[in-house]
Amino acid sequence: MTTTAAVSPTHGGIANAVGDTLTLIGRSIRLTRRNTDTLVMSIVLPLLMMGLFVYVFGGAIDTGTAYINYVVPGIVLLCTGYGASSTAMSVANDMTSGMIDRLRSLPIRSSAVLTGHVTASVARNALATTIVILAAIAMGFRPTATHTEWALAAGLLLLYVLALSWLAAGLGVIARSVESASVLSFFMLFVPYLSSAFVPTDTMPSFLRGISEHQPITPVIETVRGLLTGTPIGDRGWVALGWAVGILLVAFAGSTWLYRHRTRG
Amino acid sequence: MIVEASGLRKAFGSTVVLDDVDLKVEEGSVLALLGPNGAGKTTIVRILTTLSRPDRGRATIAGHDVVRESTTVRGMISLTGQYSAVDDEQTGRENLVMVGRLMHLGRRGARRRAMELLERFDLVEAKDRRVKGYSGGMRRRLDLAMSLVAAPRVIFLDEPTTGLDPASRTTMWAAITELVRAGTTVVLTTQYLEEADRLADRIVLLDRGRVAASGTADDLKAQVGGERLDLEFADPGELARAVDLLGGRGSVSGPERLVLGVASDGSADHLHRVLDDLRSAGVGVARVTSHRPTLDDVFLTLTAASRVLAPAAVPA
Repeated sequence: MTTTAAVSPTHGGIANAVGDTLTLIGRSIRLTRRNTDTLVMSIVLPLLMMGLFVYVFGGAIDTGTAYINYVVPGIVLLCTGYGASSTAMSVANDMTSGMIDRLRSLPIRSSAVLTGHVTASVARNALATTIVILAAIAMGFRPTATHTEWALAAGLLLLYVLALSWLAAGLGVIARSVESASVLSFFMLFVPYLSSAFVPTDTMPSFLRGISEHQPITPVIETVRGLLTGTPIGDRGWVALGWAVGILLVAFAGSTWLYRHRTRG
Repeated sequence: MIVEASGLRKAFGSTVVLDDVDLKVEEGSVLALLGPNGAGKTTIVRILTTLSRPDRGRATIAGHDVVRESTTVRGMISLTGQYSAVDDEQTGRENLVMVGRLMHLGRRGARRRAMELLERFDLVEAKDRRVKGYSGGMRRRLDLAMSLVAAPRVIFLDEPTTGLDPASRTTMWAAITELVRAGTTVVLTTQYLEEADRLADRIVLLDRGRVAASGTADDLKAQVGGERLDLEFADPGELARAVDLLGGRGSVSGPERLVLGVASDGSADHLHRVLDDLRSAGVGVARVTSHRPTLDDVFLTLTAASRVLAPAAVPA
């Protein structure tokens, strides 16, 4: 060997933990950026869905306002579901490849790898959401929100995306394969349809209304809708916040625990 | 002893994969864990590299406990697993720099080290290409390079040459030899006797989670006996009868060769006795050769010879 590492480096400590996390965030963002299919899908699909709902189904749905003003928050949440599902797949991809053994045998904190994936997921979602909202405005979406309301809506959405991304990371850790990660995370794509995303819940049969009123997505959607277009929010803002924080805490603790203890075979 | 393990035991559910395994590796030497599939080789490596916890027993690397001081241990070792541990969507250089950063070499240190390793493993031209376009041999070289980023004191190689073509295997052997010359301790697992014979200072032969034998290649060969007689038969029926007759004294090389190996002291007397036994039972021997035992003989004799004999002794 010609040269060896000149200094013997130290491991552990806060500075290293921050540095490691940044390095792994960089990795995940690079991987996301280069996985062109997923990136394009996570932006194009919500746009297509929005076109579909606004121009195809929307005419037949009466929400008491221009349908696009009603549906935008729903599309945004649908978009986070897709984003989360691809996060689950990229975590599963790590877990099922040899890479995980290398990462786990490095002197770094076990949460750093997942934090990398989750951060990339939030960044990808923020980009997709921004594009969707700009496109919606081009299509006739007329939000009435003040700066504060925009900020609150963005804050709630970011928190929700963060929670959902940690949940997706946990599913990715559990999954036995990339395919099963995509199956496990299917409910994230499906749940928005059982909410007030696309139609008001009072049009649903009563058993379904019960489900859709009490699942986390409806309060988030109603809050965002209220903030952006001035519909009544009531106490749903707090319910939405509670769900997001609750999911975040449970998913974060669960995912990092699973990551540490999950072994192949 | 840079690597020490005692009384390692590990079970998955009701399946015991390791049962009371002891190991010692001297600094700067090469230890080969040799055994068939399912012998527990990979489990030992996973425990020593902090990826798995033993149910019982303890292991240390340079005196640091692999469970309680895992971060310290991780800073001193590296693992090249059976599956290539590289990011396909990153370039070779990005992969190396990333590991350097995570090994806390600093931004500059990580970049410099990446360039050194790219040169050493002949990957300079491919450095800015994504790994998904690399050939199998290039991936394996990058994988090994990533394991060497922080100049580990102990490097663990889990089946480093499985699935490689002969040329890549020779390159890998040369790389391992060079590591040892530079003072690195190597622990490798292999199913190839030739590989263990060639690279290892000491061999631990594993069979179904237990240490069946250990020592230098010569020690192990000596355990099997000074000389080996290979008795070759004309048809499977003769072989089966010879196995019945000589039973515990022999081992069969494989179902495709009708050869029975028998330990011998090398004397003419012993040879006569074996041939007389066979002749009086009416079993004809086509050829007899005598040779020093190979690790093949060790392997077959010490890893439950009865189990090896069974399928070949009952030809279809």
